[in-house]
Amino acid sequence: MQITVNGVQHEIDVEDDMPLLWVLRDELKLTGTKYGCGIAQCGVCTVHMDGLAVRACQLRAGDAQGRQITTIEGLGTPEALHAVQDAWIEHQVAQCGYCQSGQIMSVASFLKFKPNPTDEEIDFALSSNLCRCGTYPRIREAVKTAAAKLRGEV
Amino acid sequence: MGKLKTITRRTFLVGSTAVAGGIAFGTYLAKKPLANPLESQLRVGEVTFNPWVLIDAEKITLIVPHMDMGQGVASVQAAMIAEELDLEMGQFEISFGVPDGAYYNTALAAEAVPFRSTDTGLQAETMRGLIGSVMKIMGMQVTGGSTTVPDTLNKLRIAGATARETLKLTAAIKTGVDVRDLRTASGAVHLPDGSKLLYTELATEAASLKPIHHNVLRDPKHWRLLGKPMKRLDVVAKSTGTLNYGIDLSFDDMLYAAVKLNPHKGSPLASYDDSSAKNMRGVSHILPVTGGVVAIADNSWRAFKAVEAIQCEWQKAPYPAEQGEHWQVVADSFTADRLDKIWRDDGDVQQAVNQKPDAQAEYKAPYVAHQPLEPLNAVIRNGKQKVDMWVAHQMPRFAQQKVAAITGHDQADVHIHQQYAGGSFGHRLEFENVILAAEIGQQLPDETIKLTFTREQDFAQDFTRQIGMARGQGTVKNGQVEAMDLQVATVSSSSSQGKRMDQPMPGPDKQIAEGVWNLPYAIPDFRVRAYRVPELAPTSSWRSVGASTAGFFGDCFLDELIHIAGADPLVERIRLCDDEVAKQVLIKAGELSNWHKPLKPNQGRGVAFVESFGVPVAEVVELTQTEHGIKIDQVTVVADVGRVIDPINFDNLVKGGVVWGLGHAMNCEITYADGRAQQSNYHQHAGMRMHQCPRIIVKGLENGRQVRGIGEPPVPPAAPALANAIFAATGQRIREMPFDKNIKFV
Ligand code: FES
Ligand code: FES
Repeated sequence: MQITVNGVQHEIDVEDDMPLLWVLRDELKLTGTKYGCGIAQCGVCTVHMDGLAVRACQLRAGDAQGRQITTIEGLGTPEALHAVQDAWIEHQVAQCGYCQSGQIMSVASFLKFKPNPTDEEIDFALSSNLCRCGTYPRIREAVKTAAAKLRGEV
Repeated sequence: MGKLKTITRRTFLVGSTAVAGGIAFGTYLAKKPLANPLESQLRVGEVTFNPWVLIDAEKITLIVPHMDMGQGVASVQAAMIAEELDLEMGQFEISFGVPDGAYYNTALAAEAVPFRSTDTGLQAETMRGLIGSVMKIMGMQVTGGSTTVPDTLNKLRIAGATARETLKLTAAIKTGVDVRDLRTASGAVHLPDGSKLLYTELATEAASLKPIHHNVLRDPKHWRLLGKPMKRLDVVAKSTGTLNYGIDLSFDDMLYAAVKLNPHKGSPLASYDDSSAKNMRGVSHILPVTGGVVAIADNSWRAFKAVEAIQCEWQKAPYPAEQGEHWQVVADSFTADRLDKIWRDDGDVQQAVNQKPDAQAEYKAPYVAHQPLEPLNAVIRNGKQKVDMWVAHQMPRFAQQKVAAITGHDQADVHIHQQYAGGSFGHRLEFENVILAAEIGQQLPDETIKLTFTREQDFAQDFTRQIGMARGQGTVKNGQVEAMDLQVATVSSSSSQGKRMDQPMPGPDKQIAEGVWNLPYAIPDFRVRAYRVPELAPTSSWRSVGASTAGFFGDCFLDELIHIAGADPLVERIRLCDDEVAKQVLIKAGELSNWHKPLKPNQGRGVAFVESFGVPVAEVVELTQTEHGIKIDQVTVVADVGRVIDPINFDNLVKGGVVWGLGHAMNCEITYADGRAQQSNYHQHAGMRMHQCPRIIVKGLENGRQVRGIGEPPVPPAAPALANAIFAATGQRIREMPFDKNIKFV
């Protein structure tokens, strides 16, 4: 089957029900998307499908066909950062960093719909992205900075 | 040497008697400098001055010997070297180096002695020195015990200074300029005429000189990097998905392995049927391993599915099958024959409590899992001459031994490639993934295989925190706490862990009552007795270890006594405090939290104080009782680490520690039924989530005489501060973790 990731079309030979997560990680070697729980509990596998945040561990490869998939690698790069990544670096959010691809992907999608979110909206939007290191306070600040950047205010 | 090795190896972790056994041989070896492991791997044109600095014509590499599990060691330790070597951040690469005795951890040993951290008497200091020597002889390269900074702050600055002085001498010889007229800055030696020689240009010539040992360190007043907010070296990679963790590694023709182990931890596999698994797509091998089975496939998910499809018969657990039985064993352990040690006995507690205590209470703390977000994994390649293993491990030299014992190679031929870890919290002190990967490699030589645990396997096999209970009784008089008698009974996570490392732990286990026996309170009658519960399910070191349970018991019970005395919780703690550094911590926490400012009727404020790893920490929790449950609004944390080395990292680690401590106290436990852990994934053991996270105010004080680590100390006071605040808001005393058994959180 064919899937499109970060604008590139790939021909892959996998079962229809292989979760997109494992297509990305093991077939395409795009390992910025992480495995944490496999059951939609932690959010580390978050990618965008047609611009919307989805859990790659829950999405069947078959259902990703014909859609635009974006991973953290496609969101921005160290040389050309996305505003959310830029804010993440400014606030030095990461500790172990393992959850951060998923946090950033969730936020990048969320801010498209809520360019000026309240604290409650931020908390609600990110309540299913787990961070075992407890970087939540910095995430909150970074989301606000990212939102301001995207609104062109900073 | 053979004999020495066995004796010290078997007796290194405390137990005063055992340590005494080690010293007889110790002094000579402990004084001898250790060989520099970089020397044997030098390539042409490279120079090394000590085990931490490597320079060639192209680049400068700094070696950071601790594992980075998110605590920021890679940046902080590199900055220590760069401070004295006059390098800017970004002018060097870092490497985790190779496992070697030269990277032994001294600070960990200093923490292991059974003396209060403030005790600098002859006996305490002698013991610290002796254990330090043992650690050196054995080359104990360990990441743990919040020692990242204390272990290396001096060592690494000396390493930087030594390299700097040697490079200056090289430049002096090369140019004929007096060395006193040379200065160094930004990776170069600067000459009086304004020209400069890059360190990389001096590498070849420097190699022919004997390094100048230079141990005069710069005054912290002149620090450029340390003590200032640092930008972590890995922050860009961690924000762009470009940092590779062990789980992300990939090699040509690599195979993927998944494992299913006996959920009755530690028991063998009885039999298995792989008939449906072995023909599944992409599956190449089904292998028996110790305690379970492994499926090998061409993709992790296919391996997961295959291993799931194997039907296994398991032998039963060596520990009680049901949780109720575990609690019963704990409850039955407050007996004379299980008394491990009386850690504190001030005044005459017996007489005080004989008279009818004003308060009596029982506390409970369950098993809790580590579950860092990156599941356990390891990549193995078992070649004929050597074995390569890529893994994140807190004790790489022990990992090396474990592998060597399985594959039959010399330890020197086992190459452990240290990886960044997606969290640990003590999980990567254990060896399950290392042993399994080695067993797989042993059966499939020359293949490169990546083993990944599913989250469910990781939960099922986690060696949890200790389970425990405490019983307290005490008296009050004239509005003051008069007597406190606490009995703490837990299993010994140190000896459970030691067993798996082939390291019997002689003597009492300091962790059982840690965080309470060492409280800096002058309660007139104060006794702390530790009881050792016989081993039940296996347990291990969990972020902040003993203090995470005993700290909760001790501070909450003291809070009960203060309440009965009718005193103010903060004022009475300050009054009782007999240590000036700790007292300042409490006072500051009161100031920053506006302790005396009245709250709304449905709100409450609680304070707790615990000292662990030599760091006194006070936390004030402020919360609101809402119709949906308790909402934690704010936590104020004050800690004294002697010196804050990186204010940003400090702030981040303290907040993370508070989230860790609160989250697990709120809603996490591992329970057993039919000998298996009942919690299998994060839906049953999540800890704190974003919407539950309070505002956290952090202040680091620098009155302590010694530099200390901050990874663990913020954890222990979080749970008692929360329980005490719940009491203040609701009048309900919470004496059992997780608290959501008895009260609802939003
Ligand atoms: S791995 Fe997909 S949500 Fe956890
Ligand atoms: S930074 Fe470690 S899990 Fe979030």
